[in-house]
Formats: sequence, structure tokens, C-alpha cells
Amino acid sequence: MSFSFTVNDDPVEVEVAGTRRLLDVLREDLQLTGTKEGCGEGECGACSVLIDGAVVDACLVPVSQAVGTQVRTVEGLADNGRLDILQQAFLETGGAQCGICTPGMLMAGGAFLASGTDPTEDNIREAIAGNLCRCTGYTKIIDAIALAAERSAHP
Amino acid sequence: MERPSQNVRTLPPGVVAPDTTPLVIPTDAPAPGRARPAAPLRREGPAKLTGEAKYADDLVFPGAWFGATIRSTQPRARLLGIELAEAFDWKRIVVVTADDIPGENIVSLIDDDQPVLVPVGGEIRHQAEACALIAAPDRAMLAEARRHITLRTERLPAVFDPLTSETEFAHYTVEAGDAAAAMETAALVIEGVYRVGHQEQLYIENQAMIAVPREDGGVTVHGSLQCPYYIHKAMKRALDMGDELAVVVQAETGGGFGGKEEYPSVIALHAALLALKCHKPVRMIYDRHEDISATTKRHPAVVRYRSGVSDIGELIAQEVEVIMDGGAYCTLTPVVLSRGVLHAGGPYRCPNVRITGRAMATNTPPNGAFRGFGAPQTEFAAEMQINRIAEALDASPLDLRRRWVYREGDVTPTGQVLRESVGGIEVLEAAAEALAFDRTHAQTRSMREGRTDGARTATGIGVALAWHGAGFTGSGEVRLASVASLELTDGGRIRILTASTEMGQGTKTIFPQIVADALGVDYEEVEIAPQDTSIVPDSGPTVASRTAMVVGGLLIKAAEKLRARVEESTGRSFAESYREAGPMRIDEQFVPYPGEPFDDKTYRGDAYPAFGWACAMAKVDVDLDTGEVTVRDCVSANDIGRVIHPVLAEGQVEGGTLQAIGYATIEEMKLVDGRYLNDRLATYLIPTSLDAPRIRSILVEKPFSGVPHGAKGIGELPMDVGAPAIVAAIHDATGVWIHELPATPERILAALTNGEMPQAPGLSLEEPTPQTPRIEDLPAGGDEMPFRAPTDHAEPP
Repeated sequence: MSFSFTVNDDPVEVEVAGTRRLLDVLREDLQLTGTKEGCGEGECGACSVLIDGAVVDACLVPVSQAVGTQVRTVEGLADNGRLDILQQAFLETGGAQCGICTPGMLMAGGAFLASGTDPTEDNIREAIAGNLCRCTGYTKIIDAIALAAERSAHP
Repeated sequence: MERPSQNVRTLPPGVVAPDTTPLVIPTDAPAPGRARPAAPLRREGPAKLTGEAKYADDLVFPGAWFGATIRSTQPRARLLGIELAEAFDWKRIVVVTADDIPGENIVSLIDDDQPVLVPVGGEIRHQAEACALIAAPDRAMLAEARRHITLRTERLPAVFDPLTSETEFAHYTVEAGDAAAAMETAALVIEGVYRVGHQEQLYIENQAMIAVPREDGGVTVHGSLQCPYYIHKAMKRALDMGDELAVVVQAETGGGFGGKEEYPSVIALHAALLALKCHKPVRMIYDRHEDISATTKRHPAVVRYRSGVSDIGELIAQEVEVIMDGGAYCTLTPVVLSRGVLHAGGPYRCPNVRITGRAMATNTPPNGAFRGFGAPQTEFAAEMQINRIAEALDASPLDLRRRWVYREGDVTPTGQVLRESVGGIEVLEAAAEALAFDRTHAQTRSMREGRTDGARTATGIGVALAWHGAGFTGSGEVRLASVASLELTDGGRIRILTASTEMGQGTKTIFPQIVADALGVDYEEVEIAPQDTSIVPDSGPTVASRTAMVVGGLLIKAAEKLRARVEESTGRSFAESYREAGPMRIDEQFVPYPGEPFDDKTYRGDAYPAFGWACAMAKVDVDLDTGEVTVRDCVSANDIGRVIHPVLAEGQVEGGTLQAIGYATIEEMKLVDGRYLNDRLATYLIPTSLDAPRIRSILVEKPFSGVPHGAKGIGELPMDVGAPAIVAAIHDATGVWIHELPATPERILAALTNGEMPQAPGLSLEEPTPQTPRIEDLPAGGDEMPFRAPTDHAEPP
């Protein structure tokens, strides 16, 4: 079967089984390995990507469900190597340590920023509750999202 | 369950008072180190933030096959045969058994007990033990092949309780004075039995290794790992290869916490054996389920503790017995036990101490390294004792620690004189100030006393203090004899050569930072060579919080030599002249730190070159209906000698503290028939952002003069103090002591209602409960246990 959608604004078409996980399509068929697999069952959020702006676990989405959508991954954030506001904030605050949860955190954090929700600490915690991190204790991730919100509001 | 007793003979006169002037560090003042120029940004940060960083599973090797491990489904059995179904076409599959191992069938580490694969006729010692390997050109064929392998076994009696095990991996005794005689004279004796269970490291990146066979007959493994040279040694031995044929390359590593210290040797050997047989690169990428089922955990432990306090309120005697569960094979167990025993007294002066430790074998998957490495287990018990003594004396747990904590000049139970860098009192005071401990403690006490029966929530505050030996235990660093190198290429580049790995903690940032500082050049001018055993020297394993202190110290010495040599030859400053001064290389080898050498036989001497000091204070709410604990606030103050990079150092404290909170409250492996029941992320829970408090870290600097920069290491420190602080806070809130970790709602409710305690942590149920289907009853070849081979075994004998 053939499935068409866009990834980071580029149109893509893949010839695979419709039940193939979006995660495998991204990582293996499209060589976009920035999206990570931590558990394969929707618990850790390492494979978080955006489908039409909504955060989903790419390990739980069959590619057939992505048809006609706009998929965004961590590879679509930086502009010609220039980090976006949230990536830069992660770099400065120490929000990335081992880095394996980072792509998913960036997608969840980015969706939160785009939602316009008041960036209180409680709201940020809620926004990343589906993304596990074992390195940071979350404090510096929360600080990074808050810093990015601050910079977005007062550029 | 064994209940601890409390034997109060007579109370000492008066309340124990502090005998020192508290040193107060204002919380709004920057921690030491913050005043320095801004630290550089994480070296590999941009690659991690853009998705460009290549972790093992991101690496592409054209034509690579997929490998899988065929594991036991029994805790102990004789392997009678490995049977390949005739109905299946095996022509495109490669099968590896113990007969295919060219060298010794040993995963080389401390002891030689663990086979790479159980041979036919050999003994299976745990559920999930590797018996055979298969590889196939695609995943579907691999899965199909796996369904057609059967292990023929004869079940043997298994042992799950370390207290009844008769097989010992190691035992140690630390003795000072006469603890038994001193205990007789004590005015107050507090006794307790404390029990802690397994903890899974739960790095978010699973274990992963890719082996690539080479034309010269060698094999290169690329993987997620902490210690390239551990794997190198294991490959040389099991694959019968020389130094050059076995090559280990670290991929970007998504967390380790000790879990990628020794286990990667196993998966590397498995991948390499398959690659050598099928002549293709072979990918061994564990899924989460296999990772939790088969890889090492923190050692469960039982600690029996007696503390004696004199009639003038001095700690005069400690008698401690530590039993650790090593699991089925030795792995690093003796060293874990050793560190546990050496830290079991806690950071307190006591003239009469007897600590004994034994590590026993059970038929459960081997336990191994995990942040803290034995110390969190025994220091939980030590701090429980101190907090219970404070309660018995009606003394402030803060004041008691002020009075008893080690000061410069004090002597530890091994006879080590703490000459310098003793920051116990500083971290205690810093944390107390930050959380207003005395005031909060008074408030929670009056809340507890005024609480009505209808109350739904209780609030408490708790404190714990710990020491943590920096670097390898005893003579370990001398035996390692690590080498770190610094190179000036003839192209004029400065390059750091070490085997020390980056797994999130910041090696790749702080090494160039301290080398640039010593050379007088910019951070960006210093490069770091890849962690590849064909390129870098053996700077020792990346463990034991030793990287910044030991390897960092060697690099600074190397940089000072390189700088002097260049400046001598060019007559100009290093920064101005190094580009035309190469090639040049400095190999700096470890020389022993000053102090009394440690005697491994008598356990006397300097157990560690220096100690880090940590204090945690936690505020919790306990839901009195459900027993659920919410950690509201947590401060962790740590004396790390010198802060190299404040952001990275705080990151270590915050992350380590949350792992300790998980250990204290929710993280528990349940076992049945020696197998982990909750072997998925849906059932083994770690704290989410909603479970975590805002962790406040305070960095204290008491430099260690044995290294040029004074840094002592930080990674493990916060892990030692979190759990006892939280259990103390639960007690402050509710009045009950929880003697077992984790302090789950079930245990708290049982304690509140004098109900029956749940199964002790770390112990396996003998047989599956009726609700749990036996593995053998699951549909053959189902995806539930994809890596397990069905066995023909029906009933236990």
C-alpha cells in the first residue's frame, strides 16, 4: 500500500503495510532517526511527534492513520542549523542530559507553547506528563519551557 | 515480618544540644561556583536537540541482520538440549550456541562464573538466562525462527531468599573498638531491621549493540555503554582475540546510571558471536520488556542494625549486619557489597563499630551497578537509625547530626583520618537553612499533635545525611592505573583522549572546559576524541563518580605538562604558539593519592581518597485514606569539592534526587518464581513530571587537595540521601516508621492500621498466583514473551 502525508513540510509517500508504525516509517523508511523508541507501548513519550499539531506517540500510530496529515518531528525544528527558541532554552538551562527523551520533550513542549496556555509550572508539568525523563528530575526541562515562553512573549 | 524493637534503658540527661556554631549559607546567595564566568554550553547539546545525535539504534549498517537471544523460562534447571523444529527452514537463519564460542565461555568481570551462553548439560541459574542466539536478515523471519526453538530442560530446586541461600559471593568485616562491649554500657539502644528491594535503572534508551565483522577477522561493536574497556576485555577473552581485533565504539548513550556498566559486555558478546558466524553486521537492540526482564538491578538488601548511645548523648556503638542479594551470578557484587559495608556506619563519629556484610546468590537475574552502588541500601538503614534515635531522645534530628557528624580530624571505622574536605556540617546547615527545617519541623509536630480523627492529609518534614567515597573503593584506583592523554596534532589541534563516556552527565563538556582552563585557551579550541578503544587509552570505567575527579585530575596534569613543554620550545605563551608546536602527546598515568594505603584483607586504611557529603530534606503530604505520598518540596545540598560546571552539577543533583524519590516511594520489582512480574514501563513506574517536586540543589565546595582542581565527584551523592529523608518525613507526618523500601501506600496503610505488611521487597513468590498464567501456559510463540523459548518442562519435580 502507498501512504502520503507531509513530514516537516515535505511531501512523502511510502510503500509499506498500513499497520506499520509511524515510528518505523520515520526512523527506517525516511531515515529520520531523531524520533526515539523507549518502550514501544505509549508509556515513555520518547517517540512523541506532532500530527496536525497534536502530540502523539509515534509507536502507537499505524501509518495508515497519518495519511493526509502534517507530521512534525524534531528534525523540523531548527532552521538551517539555527536552534529554535525552545531548543535554545533547553541548551541554556540544561534541559537535555542524555538526550534520548529530548526530541519527545521538545515536541510536547513546543505543542504546549503553541497552545497559548498560561506557562505556569503546574501547566508545564501537565504538558510533559506523558514524557518520561530519567536524568534531569524535570526541573531544568520545566525551566527551559518557561524560558522559551518568556522569550516568545517578550522577544 | 520481623519487627524492629526499641530498647530504651534510660534517657540521657537533658536534650542533646549542638556542640558547634552552625555555619549558615544564605539561600539567596549563589552557590559556590556560580560566581565564576558562565560555564560553556553542553558540547553535544545541539546534536541531541536537533535529532542529529546517533544512538546505537540510529546507526545504519547496510545489510545488517537482526539478532535475538533465546532465554530460559526457569529460575534453575539443567539444560538438556536446544531443539530446532524440523518443520522450519533454518537455511537462512544463524544459530549460535555455547559450542560456537571461540574462546572461554565466560563474561569476564570479577569472577568467572557467568557463561556467555549456557552450554547443553550446563546449569541455568535464572529466568531470562541466555541459552542460544539467533540472527536473521529481517525481523519477521527472526520472529518466526524464534517460535521454532525449544529448550529441553530438567528443573532443579531454586533459591530466592538471600537469607536462606548457602552460596556466598563475598563477605567483609569492618571493625573498630569493641562494639559488643560498648553496646553493654549504652544508655539507649535502638535496633532495626531494614529491607530494600530491586530498583531498575530505567535509562530511557534500552540496551543496544551492533557488531560489525571485519576482514581482518576482528569485530567492532558499536553500542550504548559506559565502559568501553570492560567490553574490550570481555571480547578478547570469549572471542579469543588480541587487542587490535576487538574494538569497542561508544554510540551516543541514552542514560546509564550503572545499568550500562557491566551488562553491555553480555550483549556485545552475543552480537559479536552472531556477526562472526553470519559474516554480517548484527543488530541486538533490546525492547523495554527484554531490557527490564534480563538486565541488572540494584541489589536488594537486608540490614540489621543496633546503635548504642551513651548517657551523655554520644554515639558509642554500632553493630551492623548487611545481607545483599547478588542474584544468579557474581557480576560486580563484591564491590557493591564492599561499598555498602564501608558506608553502613553513616557519616558519624563512633568509636566502636562492627559491620559485617555478606552477598548471597539467588536464582534471580544478576544484580549489578546502579548509582550509589551499595551505599543507598546501607545508608538508608543508617539514617533510619539516627532518625529513630532522635525520636527516642526527643531530640531534633538536625541537632543530633550537628553533634555527631564527622569533622576534620575524625577517624572512620577503617582507621582513615578525615584530614580535609569534610563538608558534612556545611551541607546539613545549608539544607536546614533552605527549608527552614527547625521552624517547619515545629509546625508539622504541632499539626500532628492537633490532628483530629477526620483528618485526610498529614504533612511532614524529614532529613538525611550521607557520605559517599569518591572514586573506586580501597586499592581500586591503584589497580586500574588509568591513563588519560592529551594530544597536539601536527595540524595544530588539541585533542583529549580518554575512554570516559558521555551518558548525559557532562563528560564531553567538562573535560574540554578544564583542559582549556589549564592551557589558557578557549573551550572551543579543545576537541575530544571518540570513545573508541582503537583510538583512546584506558582511562578506566565511567563509574563511581570518578570521572571528574580522577580522569579530570589526570587531564589537568597532562595539560600543565603540555603547556610547559610547548612554552619551553616556542618561548611564547601556549595560546599564541601551540598551533605550530605539534605533534606532541602527553600520557598521564594515575599515581596514588596521598594517605594510608587500603588493606583489602584487613579493611584498614583509607577506603577512599576523599568523601562527598550530601544532605536531603524533604517535605511530604501523606494521604491518610490512601497512603499515597506526595513530595512537596525537596532540598539537596552536596559538597562536591569544587563545582566545575554549575548547570551540569545541579542536573546531577536534581536527577539523582528524583531517582531516590522513586526508590523511596514507588519503584519496586515484584517477582514470582524468580522472574520479574512488572517487566514493562506500564507496570514498573518511575516518577513523571507530576510526581516530581521542584528539587532545589545547593552546591557546597570543600576542595580535595589530592587533585589539582579539588573536585570530588557528584553523580551518586544525591542517591544516598533521598529515600531516608522521605521516610523520615512520612514518619513526621504520620508517626509510623516504614522499614522497607519503597514506602508504598500499601506499606504505609498497613503500618497506620497495624495491618499485615505486603510481601517484603526483593523477595520472590515461589509459585505464580492463580491470576498469573504460567509462562508455559501462554500461547506458544505469542508475542507476550517474544524472547523466551518454550520449554518442554511441565511440572516442577
